Amino acid sequence: MGEQPTLTVEFSAKSGDEPAPGEPKFRATNVEAWFGDNRVLKGITMNIPTQRVTAIIGPSGCGKSTFIRCLNRLHETIPGARMAGEILLDGVEINGHDIDPVLLRRKVGMVFQKPNPFPSMSIKENVLAGLRLTRRLGKKDQGQIAETALRGAALWDEVKDRLDRPGGDLSGGQQQRLCIARSLAVEPDVLLMDEPCSALDPIATARIEDLLHDLKARYTIVIVTHNMQQAARVSDKTAFLLSGELVEFGATDGIFTSPRDRRTEDYITGKFG
Amino acid sequence: MPGTHTDREYEARLDELRERLVRMGRRVEGMIASAVQALIERDDELAKATILEDDLIDLDEMASDELCLLILARWQPMASDLRFVLTALKMVTNLERMGDLAVNVCERAQDLSKMEPLVYQNVPIMADIVKSMVGDAVQSFIDRTPDKAREVMRRDDEVDELYVKVFRTILGTMKEDPESIHRGIHVQSVAKYLERIADHATNLAEETVFLVEGDDVRHRIRLARGKE
Repeated sequence: MGEQPTLTVEFSAKSGDEPAPGEPKFRATNVEAWFGDNRVLKGITMNIPTQRVTAIIGPSGCGKSTFIRCLNRLHETIPGARMAGEILLDGVEINGHDIDPVLLRRKVGMVFQKPNPFPSMSIKENVLAGLRLTRRLGKKDQGQIAETALRGAALWDEVKDRLDRPGGDLSGGQQQRLCIARSLAVEPDVLLMDEPCSALDPIATARIEDLLHDLKARYTIVIVTHNMQQAARVSDKTAFLLSGELVEFGATDGIFTSPRDRRTEDYITGKFG
Repeated sequence: MPGTHTDREYEARLDELRERLVRMGRRVEGMIASAVQALIERDDELAKATILEDDLIDLDEMASDELCLLILARWQPMASDLRFVLTALKMVTNLERMGDLAVNVCERAQDLSKMEPLVYQNVPIMADIVKSMVGDAVQSFIDRTPDKAREVMRRDDEVDELYVKVFRTILGTMKEDPESIHRGIHVQSVAKYLERIADHATNLAEETVFLVEGDDVRHRIRLARGKE
């Protein structure tokens, strides 16, 4: 007899079926959210694995951005907005009275759809901007922290000779990576990304996607995207939200080849609306 | 593929692919039926006409492959659409091979029609089962009925058993009557071609199960044995 046959197909470390290290980073239970009287999340329960990329997909208005904004309490900053339910980060309720939302947001960073560096601030100052809110920095520290963050965001080689140039001089893709560097500088555990590539060209998008594969070795990443192919490429787990409800949550490879729920199937094959 | 895609061009291309597969499947089914008829009725003209049809099958294969390539490049299908295009690519390869095997049956039928008849009672029985397997495999794909596809897969075992019987019978005949060796080899070849066609029909059926249920049912028995 020759070698025993095996049905396992290895796609690097991306199948989504392998257990994430340790406990889930977030345990969200029955999360609800409102804008005034409008209930936009209707009882979302899901565990977000540690050091994995979790994609959240769904049509416009399904609540996916609201959900990730609940994960760092950004939702509550909008007048009239509120939430209910439980969200544990490393086992700790993030909405507890003793939790400082500013410190929470250092631990749970966010990258937005449109790159938003401070345009007249230098590249280096942009990277350090978040950090300066909470602590004073020595000159030596500043250089080291900026370099580490820029390297982490795969931008260092492109900007190392012009760190004092304005952030607004960079291309759109570079600006987005600068924003990622700014998030990394405060040493978060989690990066929330709200359609981070929707304003970028395909090459800049590919750079960010490539970067995500590296970043998940250290960070837990939750990415909201309208681009299904992007979700399929970069994520380990995918959640499909529809009208504020979690329809399906599972390994990305399964969701995009054989989804269990008919509504997921209709959405990802383009049969909606 | 129930439901309608928002992108009508995409929907139209998927429909076109589906129609091409159905047409090709029906054509191959007809070719196999004609090849078997040409064999049994010793009809040289029918064999010739059937052989000519293979060109159409080859064109079907190329056109379907090109359409699959275009759909993959333009729309990057997902979920059941992705399974459908993947299935289509494999189905046309299987159907094209079945067409070639039908041609082989016709060629042997032409040779045999010029020789003394030889009794080979299990070959028509085999041919009947193979014809029905091909028809049902194509129909199960059209109707998206995995149960019918599984029935096709089950019947492959019957064909395999019949092939062994045919082989033994012909071997016995050739031993007893060396004059029959030339004809016997042709008949044995026909039985082998039919057995191969049944294997391809089984592949089609397996693809239909994958298409509808997303479940890969290929090689289950062999792999299970390998693990024992």
